Amino acid sequence: MSTTTDAKIRIQLEDFSVTDEIEAMKKVSRNIGGITTFLGTGRELSKGENITKLNFEHYPKMAEKKLEEIREKAIKDFGIIDMSIIHRIGPIEIGENIVLIVAAGEHRKETFVACEWAIAELKRTTPIWKRETNSKGEVWVQDTP
Amino acid sequence: MITLKYFASLKSIAEKEEDHLDIENPITIDQLSDIIAKTVPKMGAMIREKKVLITINQEMASVDTIIHDGDEVAFLPPFSGGAK
Repeated sequence: MSTTTDAKIRIQLEDFSVTDEIEAMKKVSRNIGGITTFLGTGRELSKGENITKLNFEHYPKMAEKKLEEIREKAIKDFGIIDMSIIHRIGPIEIGENIVLIVAAGEHRKETFVACEWAIAELKRTTPIWKRETNSKGEVWVQDTP
Repeated sequence: MITLKYFASLKSIAEKEEDHLDIENPITIDQLSDIIAKTVPKMGAMIREKKVLITINQEMASVDTIIHDGDEVAFLPPFSGGAK
């Protein structure tokens, strides 16, 4: 199941299509000459433990507000044309999509920088938490590398 | 009345997701931590020791932020969204 909407900031239970999100971004401007994406996916190994399931929780409204702040600052500070950020919440299986950042600009350089900055800023400022399930039980992840 | 919200790992420590508290006058975060410590000592200690982030009406609070009637106070553990 996947959804695509015109909203540039989304926090959702449903999966998303990377292709659809890129195509939607390409329609924003005919001046887009480069698009950089970051896709975060569910990883099986974490700190030596095999993870069987992930679960994400967020602080509604505040999390969306922080993502919008990141988007607006990325556009302003890096001179990109637009950015979309999608983060899933709820149960996520290994290998599934978690987070997608799409940065579009006239040239590639600013989109690479903006994309890397945005995922780091998301982890630093956005109230979203990850709970991992392994053979020993469930643990909330609290490191922010 | 103020609303208290606990997220992620703090829900199991506070043994609740949300709570409500009647306050007669504006209070400081230290005063709120003292009130919470009466029922959940560990949570009160974590607030005093600054082991949790605190937001008031979804804005980050500082040590001198005053809590007023009607405010939403949220206690947040370190974030871990995104992906490595």
